[in-house]
Amino acid sequence: MTGSDSRPSPYVLEPEPDVLLVHLRGPWALASGVPPTGPVMAGLEAAPSARRLAFRADGLGDWDSSLVAFVHALAGEAEARGLQVDTSALPEGARKLVELARAVPKRPLGPSGEDDSLLARVGRPALAAWATAGDALAFLGETVLALLALLRGRARFRRVDLLHAFEATGAAALGIVALINFLIGAVLAFVGAVQLVQFGATIYVADLVAIGVARELGALMTGIVMSGRTGASFAAVLGTMTVNEEVDALRTMGLKPVEFLVAPRVLATALMMPALVAYADVMGLLGGAFVAVSVLDLGTVEYLRQTQNALALRHVLIGLGKSLVFGGIVATTGCYYGIRCGRSAAAVGEATTKAVVMGILLVVVADAVFTVLFHVLHL
Amino acid sequence: MGEPAQIEVRDLTMGYGDRVVQKDVAFAVRPGEIFVIMGDSGCGKSTLMRHMVGLNAPRSGDVYYDGEGYWAAEEERREDLKRRFGVLYQYAALFSSMTLAENVSLPLLEQAGLPPAEALAVARLKLALVGLAGFEGHYPSEISGGMKKRAGLARAMALDPEILYFDEPSAGLDPLSSRRLDDLILELRDSLGTTIVLVTHELPSIFELGDNAVFLDAEKKTMTASGRPAELKECPDPKVRAFLTRGRL
Repeated sequence: MTGSDSRPSPYVLEPEPDVLLVHLRGPWALASGVPPTGPVMAGLEAAPSARRLAFRADGLGDWDSSLVAFVHALAGEAEARGLQVDTSALPEGARKLVELARAVPKRPLGPSGEDDSLLARVGRPALAAWATAGDALAFLGETVLALLALLRGRARFRRVDLLHAFEATGAAALGIVALINFLIGAVLAFVGAVQLVQFGATIYVADLVAIGVARELGALMTGIVMSGRTGASFAAVLGTMTVNEEVDALRTMGLKPVEFLVAPRVLATALMMPALVAYADVMGLLGGAFVAVSVLDLGTVEYLRQTQNALALRHVLIGLGKSLVFGGIVATTGCYYGIRCGRSAAAVGEATTKAVVMGILLVVVADAVFTVLFHVLHL
Repeated sequence: MGEPAQIEVRDLTMGYGDRVVQKDVAFAVRPGEIFVIMGDSGCGKSTLMRHMVGLNAPRSGDVYYDGEGYWAAEEERREDLKRRFGVLYQYAALFSSMTLAENVSLPLLEQAGLPPAEALAVARLKLALVGLAGFEGHYPSEISGGMKKRAGLARAMALDPEILYFDEPSAGLDPLSSRRLDDLILELRDSLGTTIVLVTHELPSIFELGDNAVFLDAEKKTMTASGRPAELKECPDPKVRAFLTRGRL
């Protein structure tokens, strides 16, 4: 409570034979808080013969919404106990406001009669997740069909949108991909060297960086960066188009949103990812070489030769192959949440967050599956 | 009356999730008619329109175009039926990454398969018809709300549809722009014979444009009146009378 504790009570209770009178006094201001209705209800308990709740306003000073809120709350509680409420003695303005507030029948905010048990609270999200999984699978199927139609030249989409998507997922992402992967290569070299120097095997930092970056980290880090960059962007753009009824407009024009909006984005991202990862690999190797030469005092030629010996073609191809899948995952996830976005600005934010979180999760899960798979296949 | 209905809504029940929005809605729209779907806010007017244009599937019932059920039809047939109508959405739904000419050209290129030069020529004509000559290269973000609506109308009528749907055309417009859009709608009907289905709660538009109307009741969750708007002022349902007289009974 604010200052209401230190000031005299703004009302006193005056019980009469079958009426409980609430005598309002002094100024009522929101800055002093809204008095609780508890004492009045306790007064009603103490006067069981009271059939009516009424007010006295002589001595009432300036008032604002705090008075109206107090009377409104009190009237609701009193009526719930079967008492009559008489507001006729209130100032005319306050009385009209209370009448206005009470004229609108209360509507339940949520779906009425919703089961609140633990089972229901666990079950509802579980059923929603199940429905989302089914819906996402259907969307994936639709996307694959649209991609096949696009590759066969039968999809209806704007060529310029495809080119834009190539630009957005390729050239525009070079800067951040380069920086992240250069730093990852450098960190990997540094952390590896700290361990390897104990065995006099510092030169093997080159093996660690080359295989680590080309096989795993180049694709993984680029996938994560692209999820935050491109996946989020797709979700926000398509989500906004959904809110603005642009997606509906496409449908009523007989165009399929998955063909027109999703397929070009997925194709562009999946195709640009290997190119980005090839670039990321080079930057990662450069990051490692930079640390090796400048901090670990290894010779440039020596380091490059060791890298060349360590880096079998299969490591590079595995990284590039994975990146193709990661690209597909990032773009499909972003587009899915965008197209399934609700119809408000908040829904766009929610769709974007979900697209990034789910995109990163799926990229990491896919990477784990690939790692096991390649291990089993002795690749 | 003898003329057969171009659009017929039969026993349509609509809803989202567990919630029924409207049930047992039934009416017929004749060719060349301006038909108004009216009702208070949240009664399901726009939802009804979404069911009529193929965006939401009904719980039960169907929408018939010249006697052919839209929702009973195969997917491919539905795509054909869609070519018969154009839709102007509440906030125009122009594609923000495209210029006005590109917006209007899109259905001409993708649905009608016109070559780009011809599509552009038709797009210019349609934009000129709605008073937007010279704005072909503008993006939607560069024009006013009223102009967006008119550009949306140009796109909706790009393929000379037999039927035009309008979702709250006056929403967010000043009285003059709203009036201009109403005049445009009337002109389209008179000059092209286009059937027009109008979702609105704007009384001036209802009385000036509407040949026939239905009233959807949000509380009863069904249509409670149908007929000529002027005659509905005398309708036995007090809610419909109150709606059409702004509460002055």
